Amino acid sequence: MLEVKGLSKSFGGFRAVSDVDLAVAEGEIAAVIGPNGAGKSTLFNLITGHLQPTAGRVVVDGRDITGVAPFKICGMGLGRSFQRTNIFPKLTVLENVQAAFLIHRGQGPNFWSRSERLYRADCEALLASIGLAGQANTTAGTLSYGNQKQLELGIALASDPKILLLDEPTAGMSASETHESIALLERIAHERGLTLLFTEHDMAVVFSIAQKIAVLHQGRIIAHGDPATVRADAEVRRVYLGDHG
Amino acid sequence: MKTNDLASRIPWTLVVFLAALVVPWLGSRYDIFLATQIAISGLFAVSLNLLLGTTGLVSFGHVAYFGIGAYVCGILMKTYEMPFSIALPAAALGAAFASLVFGFFCVRLTRIYFAMLSLAFSQIIWAIAYKWNDVTGGDQGLPDVPYPDLDWMNSIPLLGDLRIAGQFYVVTLVVVGLSLAAMRRIIHSPFGRMLTTIRENAERASAIGVDVRRYELAAFVVAGGFAGIAGALFGIFSRGVFSDYVFWPKSAEVMIMTILGGINHFWGPVVGAGTLVLLNQETTSYTEYWSFVLGTILLVLLFVFPGGIVGGLSAGFAWLRRKRKGVGSPEVGTAEPTRVEVKRA
Repeated sequence: MLEVKGLSKSFGGFRAVSDVDLAVAEGEIAAVIGPNGAGKSTLFNLITGHLQPTAGRVVVDGRDITGVAPFKICGMGLGRSFQRTNIFPKLTVLENVQAAFLIHRGQGPNFWSRSERLYRADCEALLASIGLAGQANTTAGTLSYGNQKQLELGIALASDPKILLLDEPTAGMSASETHESIALLERIAHERGLTLLFTEHDMAVVFSIAQKIAVLHQGRIIAHGDPATVRADAEVRRVYLGDHG
Repeated sequence: MKTNDLASRIPWTLVVFLAALVVPWLGSRYDIFLATQIAISGLFAVSLNLLLGTTGLVSFGHVAYFGIGAYVCGILMKTYEMPFSIALPAAALGAAFASLVFGFFCVRLTRIYFAMLSLAFSQIIWAIAYKWNDVTGGDQGLPDVPYPDLDWMNSIPLLGDLRIAGQFYVVTLVVVGLSLAAMRRIIHSPFGRMLTTIRENAERASAIGVDVRRYELAAFVVAGGFAGIAGALFGIFSRGVFSDYVFWPKSAEVMIMTILGGINHFWGPVVGAGTLVLLNQETTSYTEYWSFVLGTILLVLLFVFPGGIVGGLSAGFAWLRRKRKGVGSPEVGTAEPTRVEVKRA
């Protein structure tokens, strides 16, 4: 479904991501973990076209999308959420997901219809599924941090992606928010048959839902496989020494 | 912008329009002069706000498209003796085309660089207007742009009673009204929503599939076209087109109008235009230090109403409504100032 081959990115002389190979099968939940500065966000930005790779290829569903502009990648079934919460803060919650529906369904150039009435039912159904039905008319920027993250997921889902890339979906959340949002992610991925690739620093989260884990260290993949294999890997234990098991 | 505002909004817009429409019958020639100027400036400011408030693009060169509209219309009507019904659309198209060409380069830059490049292009237009004697009249300008042929109005009761300036004001008001209605429609369309997402978060907009540059360019062209219409009207209203119209302080002036009125509300720039035109007139007639007085008043207004006059008033009305527990329509607060301005005009 998603395949990354020999992907590299240098900033000046610094190799942030170096010769990364990664494959995520359809419907799989995969995680990329690694210490701060390991290159996780860079890797994501390379996949979604926000950065141009120095070398290597990104293939989605058999289609080479290396270096394709971000706004086009979205239409190819690859949605993403960002590490910094990324919503449209002054719009209402409903308007946020509605915007994504509108552009995804080709309404962007339509300059004459009233946008507020379009796809309302879809918006409401989506908001219900991510647990924000009661806040449809709230200004998005005033939501709690956890709810903003939910909304961000909703915006990504409105484009009906096949693959969803989530950069630190639980960053900055309290323990209970983390728990809820992981349960939500798992349910949504299951319901929609989504392929999920996420980065995460919380090892409990990673080992609870990921079926496959890749460990990134100084821009290189040092281990990958199912959670048990990765957990037992000597190199991984050395990198995470004292931190996590 | 909730749906239940809608019903209460339409009558208010109509009331304002009708109030503005009776000015030539009830007001003096001076009132007509001011009202025409406010209507045209209002349209110009709203067109700028399509960039500033809706899309989040700061253009310091918006006057270029106003000027191109004025010159195209003026040249066609004076030099080529074309009717207004052709010159006006030609002015809009000419300004839109220039926006397309210049905007193509501007949207490749961000923020302050976008602002600087838009300013640079407007100075190029000014230099052309100032130097191209054969076509623009150079520093002499293009005096005596004729009024449109409005003889047909003379056979219509009421309209026939007006002098040509009053009749042209009616034409102006209709053109401005239709333009504002069109822009309002555009802002509330799916296209307008895309522009809003760019203002709110361009990175996110592109992640949901918005081709940010292309939409910014489209907004630039639409804004330029409407600025061209305002310019065309202004050239006729002031009976001539001069290179001053494209000089950069005019860009600053329309930006002050827009920010003063409030960029977060559709009618904000119209209120700002009315306020600035009236303040300008009042202070000039009372004191020779008018620019000092005007500057001080603007400074105070901007401090008291950081969201512009309309932003401040609607916040005030919202507060009053909360105190009275939800009596009255949410749009009253924002329509009110427009009415006041027109009445004073």
